[in-house]
Amino acid sequence: MAHTLAEKILLAHADADDVAPGDVILVRCDLVMANDVSGPVAFRAMEKMGAERVFDPAKVVMVADHFMPAKDARSAALQKRLKEWSDEQGVTFYGQGRGGIEHTLLAEEGWITPGIVLAGGDSHTCTHGALGAFGTGLGSTDIAACLALGEFWQVVPDTIRVEFRGRKRPFVTGKDLILAVIDLIGVAGGTNKVLEFTGPGAAELTVDERLAVANMAVEAGSETGLFPADDVTAAYLGTRTERAWNAERSDDDASFAGELRIDLDELPPLVACPHSPGNVVPVSDAAGVKIDQVYIGNCANGTMTDLRQTAEMLRGHSIHPDTRAIVVPATQDIYRRALAEGLLDVFVECGAIVSTPTCGACFGGHNGVMGAGENALTTTNRNFRGRMGSGEAGVFLANAYVAAAAAVAGEIVDPSEIGP
Amino acid sequence: MIIEGTAVIVPGDNIDTDVLYPGSYLNIDDPIEMKPHLFEGLDPTLCDRLQPSCVLVVGDNFGSGSSREHVPLAMKAWGVGCVLGKSFARIFHRNCINLGLPVVTCADAVGTARQGATIRIDSDAGVVEVEQQRFEVPPLPGFMRELIDSGGLVGWTRDRLEATEP
Repeated sequence: MAHTLAEKILLAHADADDVAPGDVILVRCDLVMANDVSGPVAFRAMEKMGAERVFDPAKVVMVADHFMPAKDARSAALQKRLKEWSDEQGVTFYGQGRGGIEHTLLAEEGWITPGIVLAGGDSHTCTHGALGAFGTGLGSTDIAACLALGEFWQVVPDTIRVEFRGRKRPFVTGKDLILAVIDLIGVAGGTNKVLEFTGPGAAELTVDERLAVANMAVEAGSETGLFPADDVTAAYLGTRTERAWNAERSDDDASFAGELRIDLDELPPLVACPHSPGNVVPVSDAAGVKIDQVYIGNCANGTMTDLRQTAEMLRGHSIHPDTRAIVVPATQDIYRRALAEGLLDVFVECGAIVSTPTCGACFGGHNGVMGAGENALTTTNRNFRGRMGSGEAGVFLANAYVAAAAAVAGEIVDPSEIGP
Repeated sequence: MIIEGTAVIVPGDNIDTDVLYPGSYLNIDDPIEMKPHLFEGLDPTLCDRLQPSCVLVVGDNFGSGSSREHVPLAMKAWGVGCVLGKSFARIFHRNCINLGLPVVTCADAVGTARQGATIRIDSDAGVVEVEQQRFEVPPLPGFMRELIDSGGLVGWTRDRLEATEP
């Protein structure tokens, strides 16, 4: 029987002769991940389950990233608990100064290879679809069961195939591709489904840009967003992992719940306006909106690619006097590389601040939250009401070019007006 | 399983977990302490209407966004008996099932329910009654029913671990 890529991965991780959309199966995890928010809640559930040890310490990773560095005594206690638990269980722990934002970090550190199943206690675990892995976000009780048994229950999802045709125009990035998808299918259009990204426009994307695309699959309600592995994937993984993997793809005659095409030749930079990632307009339609803070970072767009795009825009400019700018490299390694390349100096010189890697203000946790009546333009993935602090603040989502241009102009502008 | 309770309407579609439980309170890991922050970004007065075994009546794509289990944990801590909705976001839906909090999808019943209405749900028979009106819903797949009957994934996993112990 013909299968989609998602079905093939799930079938390889289940005790089933075959799988079809709608089947409820138990899926074996190759990796279980949680953070300082989801981990401690999962540990409580695991204790109630009567499970003392994790199923396989080599397949468990804990990352302190949400409230890192600790914003208060409570978050410090959560990070302490995460580390002590990790040490006791003998699992890998990435703490302050040694890791970064979980999704970018796990890809960078070689934990992710095509075809694996990753259960993550964070909704943006779908990011790992960028490398052809079935990464999916789960709640803490699910994670507790994964830690105990190495399995989670899953309704086999349908797949929507998205074909990117043509070539990206200047100042258009992976961010715009996924915003275009969400605009087309809506914030619930991918619910209980997987997105699969194909076509020449997908093949040309770097892994950094694929991470940005897959990251926001959940903003369409999807379980994950898969890029079938290819030469770009292989080149990225080359120095990162020694684990063997196969480049699987959907069968030609597999059945899809939907197929859509996006012509990149026609796609302008986009902006998702408050208070929904589905509220998408071309950047020109949002031009003129005053921006109080620009935030460049997070698990979607805190990569070297994003930081280079930001520096490209900011060189020779200053941050607008009425605007604040925060740059958050996603990992410690990206931070060091950006430092070595001189990017951090570009940011600081023009009046931005550079933060340590953290989820920070993206989820309104700390480190740059917004006040009432303010607007933020960010490269993050959610702009729900109150997401970054006050419910009376507006959050606009866009790519790093658009964000950096707004930092210079003090308002939303087409990046071609500022950039090189 | 029979669930009976009073309707508490949570208006709107695409209600996300950020407004249901703002991110700044994610540094709390005790469900009792999560209670006061439920609905804080949407309408904090909704908490005043909650009573043991009430039925939350919600719109389309309820619980979208973050995987934070703080939302259904706080609902359970308030004693919410069931969430009846037009449709649900995937992670929120499975979090409820995992916590043994019944979730029922029935757009027609949601459209009929008024604040304070008596709602009766027979999850095995697949019937939702709003006051005198009766609606049929497909029963949950067997595995999900098994989970809810075990009191959620904690009980189910405990049983499985005990069964496999030498």
